[in-house]
Order: sequence, then C-alpha cells, then structure tokens
Amino acid sequence: MSELSIRVQGLGKKYHIGTEQSFDKLSDQVSNLINTPFRRAAKLLRGQATGAAELDQVFWALDDVSFDINRGEVVGIIGRNGAGKSTLLKVLSRITDPSVGHADIYGRVSSLLEVGTGFHPELTGRENIYLNGAILGMRKTDIERKFDEIVAFSDIENFLDTPVKHYSSGMYVRLAFSVAAHLEPEVLLVDEVLAVGDAEFQKKCLGKMENVASTGRTVLFVSHNMGLIQSLCKRGIMLQNGKLIADDDISTVVSLYLEQLKTHGENDLVDRTDRRGKGDVKLVNVSAYNGSPDAHGVLSTGKPAHFVFEVDNPMVGLACNFVIHDSMGHPVTAFKSTSNGPDDEVDASQKTRFICELDELLLTPGSYRLDVAIRGNGDLQDMVEAAAMIEVQDGNLRGRVVRSKQGINVGMPHRWQLPKE
Amino acid sequence: MAPNTIRAKDMPNVNDVEITRIEPISGWVDLGLKELWEYRELLFFLTWRDIKVRYKQTILGFAWAVLQPLFTMIVFNVIFNRLAGMTSDGIPYPLFSFAALVPYYFFSNSLTQGANSLLASSAMIKKIYFPRLTVPIGAVLAGLVDFMLSFIVLLGMLAYFVIFEGFDPNLSINVLMMIPLLLLLFCTSLGMGLWFSALNAQFRDVRYIVPFLAQALLFLSPIAYPISRFPRNVQLFASINPITGVAEGFRWALLGTDTAPGPMILISTAVSLLLLISGAYYFRRMEKTVADVM
Repeated sequence: MSELSIRVQGLGKKYHIGTEQSFDKLSDQVSNLINTPFRRAAKLLRGQATGAAELDQVFWALDDVSFDINRGEVVGIIGRNGAGKSTLLKVLSRITDPSVGHADIYGRVSSLLEVGTGFHPELTGRENIYLNGAILGMRKTDIERKFDEIVAFSDIENFLDTPVKHYSSGMYVRLAFSVAAHLEPEVLLVDEVLAVGDAEFQKKCLGKMENVASTGRTVLFVSHNMGLIQSLCKRGIMLQNGKLIADDDISTVVSLYLEQLKTHGENDLVDRTDRRGKGDVKLVNVSAYNGSPDAHGVLSTGKPAHFVFEVDNPMVGLACNFVIHDSMGHPVTAFKSTSNGPDDEVDASQKTRFICELDELLLTPGSYRLDVAIRGNGDLQDMVEAAAMIEVQDGNLRGRVVRSKQGINVGMPHRWQLPKE
Repeated sequence: MAPNTIRAKDMPNVNDVEITRIEPISGWVDLGLKELWEYRELLFFLTWRDIKVRYKQTILGFAWAVLQPLFTMIVFNVIFNRLAGMTSDGIPYPLFSFAALVPYYFFSNSLTQGANSLLASSAMIKKIYFPRLTVPIGAVLAGLVDFMLSFIVLLGMLAYFVIFEGFDPNLSINVLMMIPLLLLLFCTSLGMGLWFSALNAQFRDVRYIVPFLAQALLFLSPIAYPISRFPRNVQLFASINPITGVAEGFRWALLGTDTAPGPMILISTAVSLLLLISGAYYFRRMEKTVADVM
C-alpha cells in the first residue's frame, strides 16, 4: 500500500509574541494601535530591526515543514518541549490555521489531543459517552452500536448512571479513553494521551493502539516516551524549533533525539530562571553518561552510569542532592552527597564538580528527569527541577533482559532457583 | 476476534476518500452551513447538555425559568402600574408586562449565555475541531426550553384573566402571526448571541458590557410601558431595537392590542436579519484565531 494519507507542504505557523496578551482588553488594543507605529519607528531608528518582518516579534512555532505519509503508516513525532509537535497536531486537526503552506488529509480525521474533551462533570457516564462521542465526530448511530463495547472496555458498568464528578480520576480516564478508542477514523492524530490511568489500563490502551495501527489506519503519534514510540511506530519525524530536522526510521530518529537531548542538558541550564535558593552558588551543568567505554555515552539498564554536576564557584560545605523522577513524575530514587559511604573520594584537583558513579544502573528503560539541589554554607543555594532529562536504553541486568514496563522503574539483579520440569 | 477490530467494509473505498485541505485563510469566509449541517447531532447534544446542566444543583430547578420573568412582572406591576400609574393599552397590567417579559427574557438569556458560551468551551475548542458555530447556537437553542415554560405560564395567565376577570383578548387569525414573531425573536437572539460570543472571546470587556446592555434594553424596550407612550416618529426610531417589534407584536397577536405590525415590524425584522447575518460572518472570521487567543 502506498496510497497517500497525509501530505504536508511548507507548513508554517507563526505567533506574534507580545501582541497576543493584549487581545484581552479593548483598551490595550487601542493603545497598541496608537503606540505600535512609534515603537516600530524607534526600533528602526535604533537599528534593531532591518526590515518590516523583524518589526513584529514573530515566533515560528512551525517552520516550513513538509512530509508525506502513506496510508497505514504509524509515525512518531519526536522533539523537545516547544519543538512544535503539538502545534503540528493542532494545525493538522484544524484547531488552529497554519500561517503558510498547506496540508492535505485523505480520509476522515480524528484527533485525540486530550482524553475526555468536553466531558461534563454533572452528566452521568452514559450521557458523557454520547456527548463526548459526538464531540469526537461520531454519529449517534455509531455510538449506539458501540455503546456496550465502550462500557465493557472501560469497566465502569456499575457507575454508568452516576454523574462523572463522583468518579475517581482513574474511572474518569478509563471512560474517556474508551470512547476515544472506539473512533474509527482513517487518520488518527494522537498526542501524549496514553500517559494516563493505571498500568493495567495503559496496557489495554496500548493494545488498542497497536490494533488500530495494524488495521491499515494512519496514525500520527506524539510522545516523550521513547520506549512506547519505538514499540508503536516504524517511522519517526523529529522537530526542533519548529523545523523538521529528521524523517527516518524510528530507531535512527530516536537515537538522534537522545543525542540532542544530551547536548541540550549541557546548554541551557545556566540561562534558566525557574530556580529556587539563595543563589550564591549555581548549578551550571549536569550530564549523565554510560561509564562503560563501548556505549557512546548512552545510558542503559545494567550498565555503569556517571552523573556529573558542576557549579559556578566553590563554597564551604558544598553538597549535591538529586532525585530521579520517572516519566509520570513519580520520584524513583534519591542521592545525597552528604550521606557518606566508605568508597567516597575527594578530588583535590577541583572545587566545583560532583561526580556520582553507579556501577549498575537499575532503572528500567524509559525517560527520567533529574531534580538537583545544591546546598552550601548551610543554606539551600540552588534548586533546579528537571535540570536534566535522561533516557535509559534497553539493556540487561547481569545477563537478564529487563523490559520496559509502564509503572515499573527499577529492576534488581537476582537469580532464581527453579523446580525441575 | 475482538468485536472492536475494524471490519473490511468500514475501510475507506479508494475512490470516495474525502480530502481535507488545510491552508491559511484570510479575510471573510463562508458560513460553512454544509459542515454545520453535518455536525447537527453535535449541535443537538450540546443543546441537550446545556439544558440538562443549566439547573443542576438548584433546589427550584426549571422553576427558575418562570420565576425570573414572574418576579420582574410583579415588581413592574407595583412600581410602574400602582405607583407611577403607567397605562397599558387597556390590557390588565400583569398580562401586558408579562407578554413582553417572556420574549425579553429569552433574548436576554441568549445574550448572556451566548456571550459566555465560547469562553466556557475554551478547553474543548483548544483540543478538538468541530464547527465553532455549534457552541453559541447550542447555547441559544437551550434557552428555548426556558422560553416555552414561561410561555405556558403566559397562556395560563391569559386563561385566568379571560375566565375570572372577564378580559376579552379579541382572539383572531392574528394569533398565527406568533410564528413569524417567534422566528424574529429567535433570529434577534441568535444574532446578538453570535456577536457577543465572538466579541467576548477577543475582548473580555464584553463580560461587563453584557449585563448592562441587557438591563438597558429591559427599560429601553416597551416592556413596562406601551410603545404608544412615545410620539409617532420616536416609535419608528425605537423599533430599531428588534425587541420593540417582538414585544408589541406579542401583545397584538395574543392580547388584541391595536399595535398591529406595520413599518415598525419591518424595521425590527431588517435590523434582526442584519444582526444575524453580520453576527454569523463576524463569528466565522473570528473563530479562526479563537484557539490562539483564548
């Protein structure tokens, strides 16, 4: 099958920074109208802008993106936050118009940018199935035909006539996903909606997604979960600053992304302003790499891992604490430089670097976030959430394969004593 | 095989694949009525949701639909009729004012609910595509239930005054004029609802203007008083406000006043249609950017 399903040509989406907020009040608009020409003139005079295009603060969330997707392809869209992934999905699902270029979509499109869009808390589960189905573009007859399946899939039979405001968040999400899962579009656009529900339900959803993919539907899938994206997609598209920078086999694109993520971690930390603490000492660099020489620095399960933290200047009583969180934001494990162990060493040659060495990384494959706190002089000096993102690749623990499983973040080296068959 | 797998017959036929073209659109766009029709079920569900949810967790529930105009009528009766001695074209004053308050409240609720509708649905609008027109239209349609309830009370009041007070409404074929009058009321309300929902999404000032506008129209329209209190030339000018035409039309058709729809109703109709069409086009023009500005 090589029928075209989505054709995107030179697609761009531009936002005007600054003018966007002033939409709120009429008076702002009026004053803006009056001030803008003067501000522009001033800018030109000061030589800050060279032409009309630079007079407005323009930000291209999507910039000249082109690609073709054939029917039945399942394509993962990868990129850091703000790379343009969500904007791309929003444009393709017609929530917002592009500024330039065009896209053609062949067949009925459904988009799942959120689970439970339009759910009303006062309405019952039954009523919300109809309402949500209609919002997602299902016909009433389709909803009626699939009603029992939707209910069975969601496991909420007993609460069908209870207003959803009384549901637990798990039930809510299960019902919401069930409706969405029973859409039958030819083209499905999915944003990170699978990161919901308990592990068992996530597995069910994954099965459903694979099912959709295997029946010849085209799926465009955005996720930060590299394990998931690799198991679902064959092809990957990577965006960066609104531009398409890679369109290739999924594993190639994922490793490119991980490589970029690593360099990113080293770059912008200094510029970040979302930090707490006294600030006399600041964290300027975090890097994590595989300690074994053959791994090109990519972290993987069961391999040695080195975490390096650098601060900008020395101080008395400097200490480094960090917590690793999983992709759901749950803390997995914590490290403290002040709780000494017999193998800890002091490097006399420098005063601003902490290295935390692990002989065996026990994290299961997936993406993780590092929150880092630097203490010094008895105070919290610098605390940066998500100072670095790390990606742990498939590996093994002492010869035993550790699979990526939703909700399970740690593997432990172990051995079995098995009964004879 | 699990029943939820997709059967071959559901797969698109190569020849009849619909193509959606996504491209920048500037300036005025068509109303997209064809697409609106395709989404009529969604419109139905949104209307139904608004009706179901409107009086949830209230003690009196749908009684509020009737109580609002009823209490206003009582207040008007005391202030304008008893204290100020306002005449009412020979009609019992309660009946006279209530016949105008019923359409007025439909209008004012449409204005308020319509103005809030887009903002209230912003979470939905940012996450999924559907014809945005369904949102304000659904909000206005949902008000029809309130209108019908209070209209039934109006008929009950009319029956009471006929039976117990000996009031003669001179009922005639004129009653049929209620149908175009209702259409006029609906068009006006929808037109205002569209205008203000679109304006409110862009300019939050609208939030403060709407209650004031609704209140001003309550007194600027011939609701508490008959249009006959105005000089002839002012009457025509007053009918630029479509509520004037509707209120006096209701009284004429149901209560037998001599305010037969003349040039006044023509002006009201013209203004109403202008409001509706311009409102729809303005809404369509604005909706392209609505997901970005909300």
